[in-house]
Amino acid sequence: MSWGFVLALALTAYGFKVLGLVLVGDRQLPAVLDRCLALIPAALIAALVVKDTFSIGQHLQLDARAAGVGAAVIAAWRKAPLIAVIVIGAGVTAAIRAAR
Amino acid sequence: MKALSLKDMWRDEELRQVFAACLTLSLATGVFAVSFGVTAVGAGASVAQTCVMSLTVFTGASLFSAVSVIGAGGSAVSAFGGAALLAARNAVYGLAMAPHLKGRLATRLVAAQVTIDESTAMAAAQTDEDHRRAAFWITGLSIYLFWNIGTLIGAILGSAIDPKTYGLDAAFPAAFVAMVWPLLRDRRSALAAAIGATMCLALIPFTPVGVPILCAVLGVAVGIPSPGDTEPQAAAQ
Repeated sequence: MSWGFVLALALTAYGFKVLGLVLVGDRQLPAVLDRCLALIPAALIAALVVKDTFSIGQHLQLDARAAGVGAAVIAAWRKAPLIAVIVIGAGVTAAIRAAR
Repeated sequence: MKALSLKDMWRDEELRQVFAACLTLSLATGVFAVSFGVTAVGAGASVAQTCVMSLTVFTGASLFSAVSVIGAGGSAVSAFGGAALLAARNAVYGLAMAPHLKGRLATRLVAAQVTIDESTAMAAAQTDEDHRRAAFWITGLSIYLFWNIGTLIGAILGSAIDPKTYGLDAAFPAAFVAMVWPLLRDRRSALAAAIGATMCLALIPFTPVGVPILCAVLGVAVGIPSPGDTEPQAAAQ
């Protein structure tokens, strides 16, 4: 691996992160954009959940993770503390894998 | 901008939950980082290159993708392309966080480096501005610390435990479930989440890794009509 590759990747990754923060920066945005930006976390976090739960690379896959995350959904619905939801999600997944 | 002191943060019930969750997620991140360190060195990177990559790139999915492609004999160009696609979503997180991270440019430049899935999600789960900012920094910085320590350990030791043994790969979606949950009480957010999740699931088999998450951003289109449009009386006032 070359240092050039490391540098290119570092600049690209940081460039993306700065782009969002600087593009908007301190600017006062039109109300419609404000409303849309406020919805970004809901749309992207929900997408992250399904990606991390049901896929490996480009393949959809149903495995122990689905049960773990399903248990996490129940825990979140029952208003369990965040740390409990995380431990339940990981624990159920690990238990099912161990049982196989 | 009113900054909370560390002591205030610890006394704060909501932030104590953030600290506890961060510690758990950071430990899980650390375990993944050890395995990243091992993979990177195995792919031909030196210990120094591995650690510099970890410190500067700091977006786990991109790093794993880059070293896996190179480790499997892929070209630097394809390794770079895949990693860049995965890093692109952080630009969208930056857009979402910008209204909450106003202030000195220097502070924002540091904030940019820790703008990742976890910090954005943890911030979004908070109910007011002070908590949002505090949660963003606590999460971003603690994950940064553990990720880089983990990488160093993995790069030097050359062996790691499989995070899957402890279900750690499910720890992140489980955490995201808990973070997105309070947002869903709002009808528009729930709709945006449903569209984002569906879009992502539908695109996974057909698009390169990283693209489905980017396309999920289309869910925010439900924010375009003004809330007044659906309630004529409100608009008339």
